[in-house]
Amino acid sequence: MIWVVTVVVFIMLAAALAVLFLPNMIAAVVASAVVSLCLTVIFAVLKAPDVAMTEAAIGAGLSSLILAIGLKRLGYWKTDSIDKVKAGERHD
Amino acid sequence: MTKYSALLFISGLVFLLMVITGLLPIFSDSHTPMLVGKAILEGAKDQVGAANVVTSVVLGYRGLDTLGELSILFAAASVVGLVLTKSSFNKAASANNDKHDHHDSGFVAVNAIDLIFPLLLVVGMYIITHGHLTPGGGFQGGVVLAVAFSMLVIVRPRRASINHGMVSIIESFAGVSFILIGVIALFKGQSFLQPLLSHGEFGSLWSAGTLPLLYLAVGLKVGAELAGLLLALNSDEVVD
Repeated sequence: MIWVVTVVVFIMLAAALAVLFLPNMIAAVVASAVVSLCLTVIFAVLKAPDVAMTEAAIGAGLSSLILAIGLKRLGYWKTDSIDKVKAGERHD
Repeated sequence: MTKYSALLFISGLVFLLMVITGLLPIFSDSHTPMLVGKAILEGAKDQVGAANVVTSVVLGYRGLDTLGELSILFAAASVVGLVLTKSSFNKAASANNDKHDHHDSGFVAVNAIDLIFPLLLVVGMYIITHGHLTPGGGFQGGVVLAVAFSMLVIVRPRRASINHGMVSIIESFAGVSFILIGVIALFKGQSFLQPLLSHGEFGSLWSAGTLPLLYLAVGLKVGAELAGLLLALNSDEVVD
């Protein structure tokens, strides 16, 4: 069980760093959902299934959707990297 | 007139807060550290009758806190709706945007949502109705329902639309029924939101008295509120 938790924690750290360093905004949203999913696994390992379900529903599902809608409203819903999107705006 | 009613409301609120503050145990001499966790774990099965101990705490022992959470969520959803929905005098300007902005998403998203929507509905209703038996409950199931409905509307805005009046009716009905169940307990001479009815057979679907009804109300309210919030976020931006 300790190995599962170790692997999950490393995935979580990697995903959390990816949120900061990914150039693509959509990928950053997906990475933040990965953080929540890994946290769900940890809650389930800690025998808190209720909290795990809340985390899966709200952390991975709802907040990713809210972030995605926010990106869409701000006009960052592009598959290009954020620098290219901003450069394109400057050219306009 | 509005000023006086606002003043009346505020003074009532202040009076309520003062009464609550006066009743807090930290201001009385008989203040002892809380040791209720063990007592709840031992007595929950006989006192509440829910197979899921978390539910018996959330709705049985701490029902008032759940009501507080619901009101916080209601306030958040109301503010988002207030700030982000289109104001009436901008409707004419945004009506032109609506026409060419409403197109369905791509092939993958449309077919995926068609496939996954009934599944999400079943899962959400299962989580809500089995909240007193298995992990989960009204909040989690309500979020699943809200995400299901709003995904359908976001992905296929042409075919699916949500009637905002219907959403508010469901939300109000659920909130009122939650409070009514609590008030009925008051009329029966017990404390507010105390579980009523018989406990039934431990672990069966019809058990734990009014807890499943309360969770159904919570689930409908959370689902309607969050669906309204997501759709308000997704609605077209007001162009000034």
